[in-house]
Amino acid sequence: MADADRIPGFSTLSIHAGAKPDPTTGARATPIYQTTSFVFDDVDHAASLFGLQTFGNIYTRIGNPTCAVLEERVAALEGGTAGLAVASGHAAQVVVMHALMTPGDELVASKKLYGGSINQFNHSYKNFGWNVAWADPDDMTTFEKAVTDKTKAIFIESIANPGGVITDIEAVANIARKANVPLVVDNTLATPYLCKPIDYGADVVVHSLTKFLGGHGNSIGGMIVDAGSFNWSRDKKYPMLCEPRPEYSGIVLHETFGNFAFAICCRVLGLRDLGPALSPFNAFLILTGIETLPLRMQRHCENTLFVAEWLSQRPEVSWVSYPGLAGDKYNALAKKYVPKGCGAVFTFGLKGGYDAGVKLVSNVDLFSHLANIGDTRSLIIHPASTTHKQLSDAQKVQAGAGPDVVRLSIGLEDKEDIIADLEEGLTAA
Amino acid sequence: MNHDQYPDSYIRGILNTVKTIAMVGFSPKENRPSYFVFKYLLERAYRVIPVNPGYAGKEILGQRVYAKLSDIPEPVDMVDIFRASEHILPIAQEALTLEPKPRVIWMQLTIRNDEAAKLAEDAGLKVVMNRCVKIEYGRLSSEISWMGVNSRTLSSKRAQVLGKGVQRMSIGAGTPSEDKKD
Repeated sequence: MADADRIPGFSTLSIHAGAKPDPTTGARATPIYQTTSFVFDDVDHAASLFGLQTFGNIYTRIGNPTCAVLEERVAALEGGTAGLAVASGHAAQVVVMHALMTPGDELVASKKLYGGSINQFNHSYKNFGWNVAWADPDDMTTFEKAVTDKTKAIFIESIANPGGVITDIEAVANIARKANVPLVVDNTLATPYLCKPIDYGADVVVHSLTKFLGGHGNSIGGMIVDAGSFNWSRDKKYPMLCEPRPEYSGIVLHETFGNFAFAICCRVLGLRDLGPALSPFNAFLILTGIETLPLRMQRHCENTLFVAEWLSQRPEVSWVSYPGLAGDKYNALAKKYVPKGCGAVFTFGLKGGYDAGVKLVSNVDLFSHLANIGDTRSLIIHPASTTHKQLSDAQKVQAGAGPDVVRLSIGLEDKEDIIADLEEGLTAA
Repeated sequence: MNHDQYPDSYIRGILNTVKTIAMVGFSPKENRPSYFVFKYLLERAYRVIPVNPGYAGKEILGQRVYAKLSDIPEPVDMVDIFRASEHILPIAQEALTLEPKPRVIWMQLTIRNDEAAKLAEDAGLKVVMNRCVKIEYGRLSSEISWMGVNSRTLSSKRAQVLGKGVQRMSIGAGTPSEDKKD
């Protein structure tokens, strides 16, 4: 299809993007290039590689052919110009912000985020002098008000973890465009199968590959996708991209690499110097997972809607927060942004409060009681007794982790078995 | 030609048939994009002739620099331009006076001049605007995929290795050293 003008469909890209047969051996599956380093032809070739004058591999901390297939795969699925694989979703966020922020700069972030991201932004970023201003995705004016002349980026999740919040990506993108700052969207819970944030104005997309993209609960990984849409040189606000870099004898990255300069910047200044490289072995496992992403997401969504509807009829359950349910607060936004389904992660409340939550996670048997999401297996956690135990009750409620809250990540098992297990857990003495 | 979006076959056809490239707006500074492209294309067996009046008569990487296109004493297949959009028209006009005429005028990233493009296309030349020769070669050869770039190409055919050495890929059918017609 090399010269065809038609754009391949999502399932075709999930299998083929980035993965041509190996040029030397003809291996059809992507080989695991389990090597730290790559030989040079001669000193001139080495100099060209180090100086970014030619494309190629030097050292797996900066790039690796197995990881590169994964990068191109996810970039193609998201409709971006380039990708960069890193060791985890958290590493992806740090590398992105490292490219955008200098000490004293500000990040505007939705307050409805994965708890680990809230911690990273609130606490770890302080050590870099990066400040976060929180905004409420239910009130767009809070994003507008949070933007100042120090703002360098806006950060949201497409589907927010854990509570089934759908963010109005296009509305936030308009605010970002007006402020001339890039919009960074964490698309982990939706995956590009359900939602492509770049279509709605995202300039950078980040992922925890650990979740649905890998999909099998076996590998931690992260991804940065460059949409190629942001003009990094316009206001001279992003020195990593628009000024001569002393690290590379004065190269200006945006001028040299055009619409994939951000991904290159994250690689040659971020990954190179900060070091959170992805293992090629993990890249291989995640690539294998992505080949079945469309099939898995269809089943995840089908199972999850079924379970959410079943739970909402149960006498033990006080509320279910899943945007796929008719009447859910985010149902209208879900129809716009995730029409194929709302993913597999949601929360619900138990009338019996804290004790009922503890009892449920103890009494289910098919569900695994653990802290991950986005596995083939169904997963359950009671945040108040685990991940959020150290918070006060008021703080727990604020974080969407009140004493009655249970989070589920619905797997690919037969849906009758999933509800049978929940029923047993809910009714056990 | 729709200059917002070029078919891969159009770009591949150009890169597979041109052999001698005159590079207008060439900079001998090693950190400039034009130097990157110059060196990269030389390594891929193209003949590249730098054009820059400030360095006329000097040799860079073994290639003699000329002051202007019309000083080049040999036929040129493609004129690759690294100058701002507003300076393109006179360069295109000069290119059209060459005998024989070049077959392609290529303007690098961010450069677009539709008036110059029309002039050249009316004279039978192919035109590419706002694209980098090195990026396009790397994209179509799959080399750029090593940088995680979305090459927008899919294939279950093995990518072609270029000549000797490691980490050099070819754009396949017809290397620059083979004589091929469009």
